[in-house]
Amino acid sequence: MIWILFVLIFWGAMWAVNVRLAAGPQTQLTKILVPTLFGITLLVLWEGLVRGFSISPILLPPPSMIAQRFATSLPILWEDFVQTFIKGALSGYFIGCSAAFLTAIAVDRSDFLKRGLLPIGNFVAALPIIGMAPILVMWFGFDWQSKAAVVVIMVFFPMLVNTVAGLNAKDKFQDDLMKTYAASYWQNLLKLKLPAAMPFIFNGLKICTTLALIGAIVAEFFGSPIRGMGFRISTEVGRLSLDMVWAEITVAALAGSAFYGTMALIEKAVTFWHPSQRN
Amino acid sequence: MNQTVISAQNLSLTFQTNDGPVHALKDINLDIDKGDFVSFIGPSGCGKTTFLRVMADLETPTSGTVTVNGMSPAEARMKRAYGYVFQAAGLYPWRTIGGNIRLPLEIMGYSREEQAKRVANVLELVELEGFDKKFPWQLSGGMQQRASIARALAFDADILLMDEPFGALDEIVRDHLNEQLLKLWARTEKTIGFVTHSIPEAVFLSTKIVVMSPRPGRIADVIDSTLPRDRTLDIRETQEFADIAHRVREGLRAGHAYD
Repeated sequence: MIWILFVLIFWGAMWAVNVRLAAGPQTQLTKILVPTLFGITLLVLWEGLVRGFSISPILLPPPSMIAQRFATSLPILWEDFVQTFIKGALSGYFIGCSAAFLTAIAVDRSDFLKRGLLPIGNFVAALPIIGMAPILVMWFGFDWQSKAAVVVIMVFFPMLVNTVAGLNAKDKFQDDLMKTYAASYWQNLLKLKLPAAMPFIFNGLKICTTLALIGAIVAEFFGSPIRGMGFRISTEVGRLSLDMVWAEITVAALAGSAFYGTMALIEKAVTFWHPSQRN
Repeated sequence: MNQTVISAQNLSLTFQTNDGPVHALKDINLDIDKGDFVSFIGPSGCGKTTFLRVMADLETPTSGTVTVNGMSPAEARMKRAYGYVFQAAGLYPWRTIGGNIRLPLEIMGYSREEQAKRVANVLELVELEGFDKKFPWQLSGGMQQRASIARALAFDADILLMDEPFGALDEIVRDHLNEQLLKLWARTEKTIGFVTHSIPEAVFLSTKIVVMSPRPGRIADVIDSTLPRDRTLDIRETQEFADIAHRVREGLRAGHAYD
């Protein structure tokens, strides 16, 4: 009862503080402070309610328990992170996005390829990843290579479609202008089409960050060496140590956010000229 | 002096659209001499922009011939015989003003020193000194259009084709740019083809005014201006100016009688 009362009071207090901050002048500090306080409030609510209602840690462990588990399992979490994120997700992301980018340029150049390759890309995107993952594990083995292959399949199509759309994004005058200069295909591509396509390309790259992580984790459910985030999640669920599962989820959330944030930062630097990035 | 630069013979262009064929140009015959400032004026749909685009090899005529510097438009385009200024400035937002002007020079393979020299040169010509490091979206519409003119002047084309370059600007800016354009024309001795739908603008700028009428697009009248080449905005108050403007207006009205 004490816990629930405390949680309600804390919630009310934080709410009042945030309303005040949001109503006041907007500074760099309040911009960070408001969401931070909101996050802290959520965690305190979670902790208090789990304790107050005596919820079984199997159903939902409190954040403190997850944090404790996180702190004591750092070597395992790091090993899983390297296996799944660095080896599986990142290499698959890099291979898949590069392949899609090059395919998009080929598709853009030739109408024949556009009619041939886009439907194939479409078809691959429609393959159920849950069905493909075991097959790819058979083909490429238990280690990270098969996870990277799953990621390649997942990121290829969104990246392809975005890049193809981007290469068509230049406006009529800009295109005619290149024609009046008698620019070659490559000059046109490098000086007009690719820069104009950048906002679309980065859109694709950002969408693919989360897809890559999901793909790499899910693929491990279908066979993996005894490390990796997906492997850990599936085995620890079996052992009912849900705090470890939550610790892995925390790692995935942090890695995914950092990955997305990095791409967004690069995007800001490259497409500074686009109306969505100017301020 | 009277050397023909652009010549059109029995030129026709028909667009096939879903609503049936549209006769954008029909039996156009016109000669443009070196150093001329030729305006094309007419209501929308009279084919004036299409005609300019045919000269630039951006459209292909259905029948008849056009020569630019004695060549076909396609050959002239490959030889970079003309600079083209579009209705919208069409500057690349990821390049600075200097970078935009440098674009044709990079494509045409000018050396770095030559590029820098020419950029500085044309920026001065359009009175945009000191703006080369700015991005297009940091400039006003009039300044952007001046930058796009500078871009068309940066390389050695002796023909300048302009498609309603000042159409989107207010009258005060427009007057100023018109005066600047005349000065620029006198300094560079280029041949200019200029599409507009403003009668005062056409009369003020041109040595030759081509009045066009719509459906099908054809030439209603060709007026050789009697105004001196060296002129200022005051000339618009003279009787001679009013007489030429009157004749343009008559031509436009006659064109509409075909409807």
